[in-house]
Amino acid sequence: MLGVTLRHRFPAFTLDVDFDAPGGITALFGPSGSGKSTVLLAIAGLLRPDAGRVSLDGVVLLDRAAGIWTPPHRRRCGVVFQDARLLPHLTVLANLNYGARRAPPGPGPSLDDVVDLLGIAPLLTRRPRLLSGGERQRVALGRALLSRPRALLMDEPLSALDAARKAEILPYFERLRDTAGPPIVYVTHAMDEVDRLADHLVLLDAGRVLASGPIEEVTARTDLPALSARRDAGTVLTVTILAHDPARGLTTLSFSGGELWVPLRAEAPGTRHRLRIPARDVALALTRPDGLSHHNVLPATVIGVAPVGPTGPHEAFVTLALGPARLPARLPARLLARVTVDAVQRLGLVPGMALFTLVKSVALGAERPA
Amino acid sequence: MLTPDEWQAVRLSLRVALWSVGFALPLAIGAAILLSRRRFWGRPVLDAMVHVPLVLPPVVVGWALLMLFGVRGPLGAWLLQNFGVRLVFTTAGAALATAVMSFPLMVRAIRLSLDAVDPGLEAAAQTLGAGPLDRFITVTLPLMAPGVLSGAVVAFAAGLGEFGAVITFASSIPGQTQTLPLAIYAATQMPGGEATAARLAAVSLGLAITGLLLSELIARRLHRWLG
Repeated sequence: MLGVTLRHRFPAFTLDVDFDAPGGITALFGPSGSGKSTVLLAIAGLLRPDAGRVSLDGVVLLDRAAGIWTPPHRRRCGVVFQDARLLPHLTVLANLNYGARRAPPGPGPSLDDVVDLLGIAPLLTRRPRLLSGGERQRVALGRALLSRPRALLMDEPLSALDAARKAEILPYFERLRDTAGPPIVYVTHAMDEVDRLADHLVLLDAGRVLASGPIEEVTARTDLPALSARRDAGTVLTVTILAHDPARGLTTLSFSGGELWVPLRAEAPGTRHRLRIPARDVALALTRPDGLSHHNVLPATVIGVAPVGPTGPHEAFVTLALGPARLPARLPARLLARVTVDAVQRLGLVPGMALFTLVKSVALGAERPA
Repeated sequence: MLTPDEWQAVRLSLRVALWSVGFALPLAIGAAILLSRRRFWGRPVLDAMVHVPLVLPPVVVGWALLMLFGVRGPLGAWLLQNFGVRLVFTTAGAALATAVMSFPLMVRAIRLSLDAVDPGLEAAAQTLGAGPLDRFITVTLPLMAPGVLSGAVVAFAAGLGEFGAVITFASSIPGQTQTLPLAIYAATQMPGGEATAARLAAVSLGLAITGLLLSELIARRLHRWLG
């Protein structure tokens, strides 16, 4: 658990943030210049903020008020920089060992584990300048992991890479998230990375936290233009592959709100996945429809109706809790539907109303990992 | 080829240049780090102090050393009293004068290569657990090595030829402070010394060219090594 409270005045803006990174991947998401990277630097100790407190697993790394400041080399925060920053005069192997040699003894992944996880065995004797951008980032990640960090900080690690290289690395990050490792703070301005990786989302703008919480909750909010004004606005769900039906060419996914059908996937049952369900791809019906090409018809309850705003003056977001109304789940999965204001009136949509949501199964296909 | 006396001048020159580089190099690295990486109030003054021998007549540098390190000078008297060390008119004094003169050349070369070292790499090493000294030895120093080596070679080559400061501070004593250029000058002042002057001049030229070629070679090797 990483607790962060920071205040720092810059010539152009003031950073004033307060959030927790409880474990798994916490994404710091916001436009360029919103202060994301600055937050990361302050956690790592590479920037001394005017005021603030950073604590990691109960250990206070920084507390300006109490005069506590741990220098970066004693914080044990592994950092993966946007530009990798491999030491050019050392081989890949020596780079990997650099942090490992300096970390106090303790449990952690072995060199072989990391080399296997990241697929960098053929690179070990090479010099960083001979590596591609994607290879560099994998080595940088391995180097940070081997330093047995108590927190892993990633500063837009994929933004310098093209789509193909990005697709090559994302699965490694997913694997890392799904092994119970240190909390990860992941700075990015790419929504697709948030969708695939984040367990928690901290939304930043102009040095302030607009929203913070589990990704499913934050993406279900309609009062955050940074999210709701996007074309692909919609909720992110965590799903597990349940079973395959090769005869019908379908795969069943389970999530906290029920089950979904998607075209056949290659992954083994039990694999965890993230799906963004764009509000535009969700339709509503008052009765269970019949004779429909849609595979996914889920009972739901209306929680709220909110105008879309300037990007859709005649449209509204309908927030839905999935699952039958009489069986409210502990934390019901939320879904957003984007419908016309006319539809809201015609169907008489009000909070508490039970209805059916139609999710186009093809809408889920795009999440196939490369 | 060379007479024993001429050999003595060549050997002395090499010794003086070597000592001057050995003495000045750590200080030059320190000065380069201060000038390149630190912002402090006396920085412009230090910058000027480091570079002043470059623009001052060497005789003036020699004279200033004489004032400071002469047996009655503040530093010279202190050294003599406490350590029994006398620099004036000695080989060590010649090395000191040479070191002061070649110091700016070293600092400039080292600073140039230090400016090219990405501080981000040092920050990365820091997050991996490397403390200040560890970081300097394992990251900064290897990355600035081309500048350190080329600075040392250039200072060595230049040190072989230092004239004004050496003759003013250390005088021209054969076998003790009479380095190559001083020996050449002395030969030209002596009847029949033309042959000696010519031979020593040729040696000077050979050493200078070797030094420059060596510096170039080392720089190219290191750049390839650093990637």
